[in-house]
Amino acid sequence: MSGENSSRRADRASAENVRRFDPQRLWALVIKESLQALRDPSTLLIAFVLPVVLLLLFAYAVSLDAKDVRTGVVIESPGASAQELAAAFSATRFLDVHVAHDRREVADKLVSGALRGYVVIPQDFEQRLAQHASEPLVQIITDGSYPNTASYVENYASGVVQTWRDGLDVTTPAQPIVLEPRYWYNPELESRRSLIPGAIAIIMTIIGTMLTALVVAREWERGTMEAVLSTPASVVEILIGKLLPYFVLGMLSTLSAAALAVFVFGVPMRGSVAALLLLSAVFMVPALGQGLLISSLARNQFLAAQIALFSGFLPAFMLSDFLYEIEAMPAPIRAITWAVPARYFVVSLKTVFLAGDIWAVFLPNLAAMAAIGTLFFIIAKRATRKNLE
Amino acid sequence: MLTSAFSLTRLRAQFIKEVLSTLRDPRSRLVVFVPPIMQLLVFAFAATLEVRNVDIAIYNQDAGRWSHELVQRLDSADFITQVRRVDRQRQLHALIDRGEVIAALSIPVDFSRAIAAGDSGQAQVLVDGRRSNSGQITVAYLSTIAAEVGAEVVPDAQTPTPVVVRHWFNPNLIYRWFIVPGLSGILALFSALIITSLSISRERELGTFDQLLVSPTSTPEIIISKSLPALAIGTLLGLFMIGAGVFLFRIPFTGSFGLLLASLVLFIASVVGIGLMISAVSMTQQQAILGAFAIGVPAVLMSGFATPVENMPVYLQWLAQAIPLTHFLIIVEGSFLKAMPPADILASLWPLALIALVSLTMATFFVRGRLQ
Repeated sequence: MSGENSSRRADRASAENVRRFDPQRLWALVIKESLQALRDPSTLLIAFVLPVVLLLLFAYAVSLDAKDVRTGVVIESPGASAQELAAAFSATRFLDVHVAHDRREVADKLVSGALRGYVVIPQDFEQRLAQHASEPLVQIITDGSYPNTASYVENYASGVVQTWRDGLDVTTPAQPIVLEPRYWYNPELESRRSLIPGAIAIIMTIIGTMLTALVVAREWERGTMEAVLSTPASVVEILIGKLLPYFVLGMLSTLSAAALAVFVFGVPMRGSVAALLLLSAVFMVPALGQGLLISSLARNQFLAAQIALFSGFLPAFMLSDFLYEIEAMPAPIRAITWAVPARYFVVSLKTVFLAGDIWAVFLPNLAAMAAIGTLFFIIAKRATRKNLE
Repeated sequence: MLTSAFSLTRLRAQFIKEVLSTLRDPRSRLVVFVPPIMQLLVFAFAATLEVRNVDIAIYNQDAGRWSHELVQRLDSADFITQVRRVDRQRQLHALIDRGEVIAALSIPVDFSRAIAAGDSGQAQVLVDGRRSNSGQITVAYLSTIAAEVGAEVVPDAQTPTPVVVRHWFNPNLIYRWFIVPGLSGILALFSALIITSLSISRERELGTFDQLLVSPTSTPEIIISKSLPALAIGTLLGLFMIGAGVFLFRIPFTGSFGLLLASLVLFIASVVGIGLMISAVSMTQQQAILGAFAIGVPAVLMSGFATPVENMPVYLQWLAQAIPLTHFLIIVEGSFLKAMPPADILASLWPLALIALVSLTMATFFVRGRLQ
């Protein structure tokens, strides 16, 4: 009885000897995994082609800067001033103006989406203008089913009317309070300048979380994970061997995306490359950890893909301050965003590109990413161990 | 006749097998239906381009009445959580640098004096350009408040508002009314795309595709049986989320349900065709999923969901016409809010039908190529 026990103990001791950390073995594993990753064309597609496509789209397709919004101008008044106002509308470069003389013509176009809004210059426009009455001069109708475009139409169209009327009436007293806005870091107010740095976070999430989740899940699905785990290599070596190639891939992809952003799309790089690399490297910890966790829980590629999509990619897109402001979200959803690693990365990226090395911003975000990443790895390691027993 | 090209019994058996292989695993069932619905609930509230709960910093050097009035109004403004008063210009800069405030007001010494003298009181607003869109919205809000204070300065000289604005279909511009119908299309698209792109590649990776080849099943049968489960699941998901929009989010549904359903089926069918093509060219499941991703993400970005199609360069607008989601978004938004008449729905429905026809035909050729 006791002899059996001691022999078992000896077995375990020798097993632990074998599983001691061995750099040479780790190196062999890294080479094997790298070759496996590079042999698959889909890895290269995701790491190098998709980032270029995404950056191109964020530079040219996804633009919050509205221009040429299709807007109708209905001239019901025959007067000369009405013609002048209509000409003022045609002159603005923010609206693509379609002139009509009957509001029934344009109302249907609003329903079909051919127009995003229209302005009515009413029949008694000249009287209203002459009387200085409190009655409004023109009516603006927008397509509220696209709320963002509707506010643009409202703002630009009332701006045109305001400017035109101020031009007529030189006796109008000066505005009592004038605000002079100055936009720091992005004085040209190009939305692409704040979108492209954030897009790097999306790309890194795809490589770190999505790709790793798939790769490791495939090993589980095919049963080769058990085979690798039964070799003398330790769990830690195997995991590092698996993750290191994707870490390197993610960093290379970040660097090329950053180069593209700066040299092709004209995004400034006011911070240091070292800070960018540090931030990206630390972000890879939660990204890879999440991918590992998903794969060890799902253990099949279909599940892993769905979970990575819904817990990695979409939150990185929607809950990270990338396109939608976290501050404007209701409190329960703001609470969820604390667990999204990308939210810490997006604000850091915007800062390192547009503002500079502001460590007061970086340090708390680095700490948060590292903490979430460590948590993911601890849970993933526990899940892997449980799977084996 | 076992060798006949088409047999309903065989098709039925094949169809049941495909549904089972997708939904047999209880975790798969869960993952197909639960996350999209949860995402809808979260993102419906998350996606907003309004500005709320922000902090503003103020450096007020003026001791007069009007700056006091302005600060007081900012204190009670709904969109501001906290107005931070600082006593040095440098602090304003630091607060913006650290991203703690979105905008910082600097009011000069002669602010109230200038207003009292009949001039303009000028205040500088520093805005965090890292948040370019919300920064602009914040400035618009601040200008409204400044104009309200300005109106008190000269109460009799009421300048009439030159315009009256009416927002049709969505009078209060509730962003959720736009986002929920759109999300139902996007989430259904991703589900259908991933399910179909895995359908053939999984069989190939597991080696069962060869078994399928030696079975009496014909190509049309394989394609129909591979596309029907995804078509059914995608349509169900879409319907469920449209239902959530109507009954949970209380978004007015004014259009024709029948036409929307027909569009939904055509939309999912064209997505299924694209998924099958990806599946046919992929050697492994990993390639299929990544391929679906590489197609799906750009498609969503260009569809007009994130930002309007008309903001894009012309050649990208043409490309956007080839994306089924672009047309489905017009139909679903129109059916919810705009009571879109059948003629307008049909204008977007026929491109959808065309895309479905082309993608399914191409998928047939791709799969047939794989079979031979």
